[in-house]
Amino acid sequence: MNIKTPAKAGTMESNDIYVMVKPNDEGGIVIDLESIVMKQFGKQIEKVILNTLKDLGIDNIYVMAKDRGALDCTIQARIETAVKRGM
Amino acid sequence: MKNILGKDIPEQIQGYKVVKPFQGAFVDLGEIKKKEVSLKNVMPGEEKVLLSIEEALKKCDIKDGMTISFHHHLRNGDYVLNMIIEEIAKRGICDIKIAASSIFPVHAPLVEYMKTKVVTGIYANYISGPVAEAVSKGYLKHPAIMHTHGGRARAIESGDLSIDIAFIAAPTCDTYGNINGVEGKAACGSLGYATSDALYAEKVIAITDNLISYPACPIEISQEYVDYIVEVESIGDPKGIVSGTTKVTKDPVGLKIAKMTSQVIEASGLLKNGFSFQTGAGGTSLAVAAYVKELMKKNEIKGSFAAGGITGYMVEMFEEGLFEGIFDVQCFDLKAIESYKNNKKHQGMSASMYGNPHNKGAVVNNLDVMILGATEIDVDFNVNVTTGSDGMIMGGSGGHSDTAAGAKLAMVVTQLVKGRLPIVVDEVTTVTTPGETIDVVVTERGIAVNPKREDLIEKLQKTNLPIISIQDLKKIAENMTGIPKKIQKHDEIVAIVEYRDGTIIDTVKRVKD
Amino acid sequence: MERLRRTMLFMPGNNPSMLQNSGILGADSIILDLEDAVSITEKDSARILVRNAVKNIDFYDTELVVRVNPLSSDFGMEDVDVIGRAKPDVLMIPKATEEDIEMVCEILTKIEEEEGFEKGSIKLFPLIETAYGVENVYSIIQSSTRIIGILLGAEDLTADLSIKRTREGKEIFYARSKIATACRACKVDAIDTPFADMDDLEGFVADIQTAKSLGLTGKAAINPRQVDTIHEVFAPSKEEITHAQRVIYAMEEAKKEGKGVFSLDGKMVDAPIITRAQNTIIKAKLAGLI
Repeated sequence: MNIKTPAKAGTMESNDIYVMVKPNDEGGIVIDLESIVMKQFGKQIEKVILNTLKDLGIDNIYVMAKDRGALDCTIQARIETAVKRGM
Repeated sequence: MKNILGKDIPEQIQGYKVVKPFQGAFVDLGEIKKKEVSLKNVMPGEEKVLLSIEEALKKCDIKDGMTISFHHHLRNGDYVLNMIIEEIAKRGICDIKIAASSIFPVHAPLVEYMKTKVVTGIYANYISGPVAEAVSKGYLKHPAIMHTHGGRARAIESGDLSIDIAFIAAPTCDTYGNINGVEGKAACGSLGYATSDALYAEKVIAITDNLISYPACPIEISQEYVDYIVEVESIGDPKGIVSGTTKVTKDPVGLKIAKMTSQVIEASGLLKNGFSFQTGAGGTSLAVAAYVKELMKKNEIKGSFAAGGITGYMVEMFEEGLFEGIFDVQCFDLKAIESYKNNKKHQGMSASMYGNPHNKGAVVNNLDVMILGATEIDVDFNVNVTTGSDGMIMGGSGGHSDTAAGAKLAMVVTQLVKGRLPIVVDEVTTVTTPGETIDVVVTERGIAVNPKREDLIEKLQKTNLPIISIQDLKKIAENMTGIPKKIQKHDEIVAIVEYRDGTIIDTVKRVKD
Repeated sequence: MERLRRTMLFMPGNNPSMLQNSGILGADSIILDLEDAVSITEKDSARILVRNAVKNIDFYDTELVVRVNPLSSDFGMEDVDVIGRAKPDVLMIPKATEEDIEMVCEILTKIEEEEGFEKGSIKLFPLIETAYGVENVYSIIQSSTRIIGILLGAEDLTADLSIKRTREGKEIFYARSKIATACRACKVDAIDTPFADMDDLEGFVADIQTAKSLGLTGKAAINPRQVDTIHEVFAPSKEEITHAQRVIYAMEEAKKEGKGVFSLDGKMVDAPIITRAQNTIIKAKLAGLI
């Protein structure tokens, strides 16, 4: 499944993650992640984003995320919100 | 070889004296010798005031490989360190070792001098900002040596750290070298960190922007120790020197931690007449002070002293009669400076008097309660305040290890999770302060007591406070955040963490990008 | 006895920092708010964030309440459906009427069946904040066995009545009394409206005392710093605790001696006094005072 329009969710507050999504015409999932805990949790955050997208049935998307130390359940919520807003 | 904490310490480290592994916080060293100081006497009629830094450097015969020292009372407003090193670089001198009691973001120009090998060594009790980053990346030729406040005084007095020229930023100085910190536009109060430098350096140069006629009373550092004086336009930016006000936190989590901390202090039985107390200038630390103040008033307790870096908040407690006196190594705000200037019982202290383990008794030995922070604390209660969990240097002991060793109740007060990072971990990235000197860690999700403090555990179990094991605290944190990935590091040592007695407690290795 | 509900602390629903720390702030209940604390453009994101928080975050022993949007709004029904499936302890229903409660109960019963939750396990807390609500509070409570308490919302109520909200709160005397009495009659909690001025400690304490004296059993808080003060005022006093302990002791002694009737300090002790003493002891224990 694809999203139709660009959308965003979340904030730059601490413990939150700011997410922007847009359709990826070239196909596939592209994640562009920045995080204050990149070294310690970068891989984990990418995994959570991928799994959330999979659960939502999204195959083609561009995700830009700026993480401020969000917990996994917050990351899931912001990705889900952004995707639903882009549908 | 390994030290007693199991940290690998190389037999030899390039650019470092004899390697002595950490053997425990209270190893008896027997008799100690202090360093001899050579000096050139000043004859009647000689002038000490010179026209320029250039002239002073010439008179001191500055040359390659020398160690020069600075104190950090001007903090992030300091102009002196940059000014001197720029002048030294101009003269084509290189291989200089900087012994600054602390290094701040304002000292960013050092990074270039590290790259060009003008500066090849650093001794400091605390490093933050671009210099910390550059050291972490291995830009410095020799590993930086990280002291504690008391340990630096010890190193200087023993000769482990031999200073060729000490540059003393002097908010006020007279024409014969008497210095104080309470007058002048860069007034900073106590000059406690500069004392050992003045007493033990081969040459001492006062740099001042407030040169006054003789004598500059009150005298904090006396003419006996000062070779030359140079007047400059400005030694520092007052905005960077003192914070206008230090405030109690409004963050509910910080307040919750602070309240529990005060309840632990009360339950410990230490909160009685003669109570002594030290805390930092952070919002949560001040909140602890606020709750302790309430308890002292309620129970009509008259304390003996507050110590350390002093904030207006501690001054207020003192002025309300809650403490007999203050021991002040550094003033954090204008109110502290004002009080230090005007109140005889607001007593200055040198870094040596404050925390040196090898003198005839430091102030920290008389502390009842010390409130400490932590970047990480491990399940053996070892604390890291030197590096971030990404492995980069972002601080250092300062008085952390000294006060932890001295205080009857050394309390680490911290949020359990900061920006997804668990603070209680299996193994800290760098050990700054050994766990044997930490008694309790207070977090918003539980309080863990060092198992060796059975007496304290017994007392706290009678309260409603949430006492849990440090392993359980770690689990709670990891359940929230997940387990962080281990940081990849090179084998190259970029900094050596010295315990206050001069032994190596840990090393910092270069971080992989 | 039911759990202690001296404080119910409001937490904004779209703030991850606040959500992840809300379980440790000392309140007996926390209310994750999807209504007033969330702007109209973020209703969707707050709903999803709170749903995930309810599912994943440990709130320890704190009772977990979610305030949904009014059912008459564009968001209320979806809030109930999405949040209900995450199974918080309680849903708080703004501007509640009997019809609203019936409608919510229908959805919750369906959710409980579909998700395999225990029937009736999700409780309800109607917010009384209209003139209609005040006048019909008894029948609203009676409209479902899920209801465990009532929260008075004075800001909206005084707006509905077109009267001014004051520091002393004389204008809500009737509402407070009516709610306290109705709740007592139905054996559910009566929670007082929050106090807004964080800088007015004296006014705050007086406001809690007034609420307590009228029979309200707890108070809502809008700032974590209010929690301790509310607990202090609602906690039984030392004298109350000592008296209660003496009543219980005298009762036990009388039992041993086989006496049906007994007195303390020359006064007859009857059943209501014993019940009150027992409640005081329980409250004191829960508050950590004994």
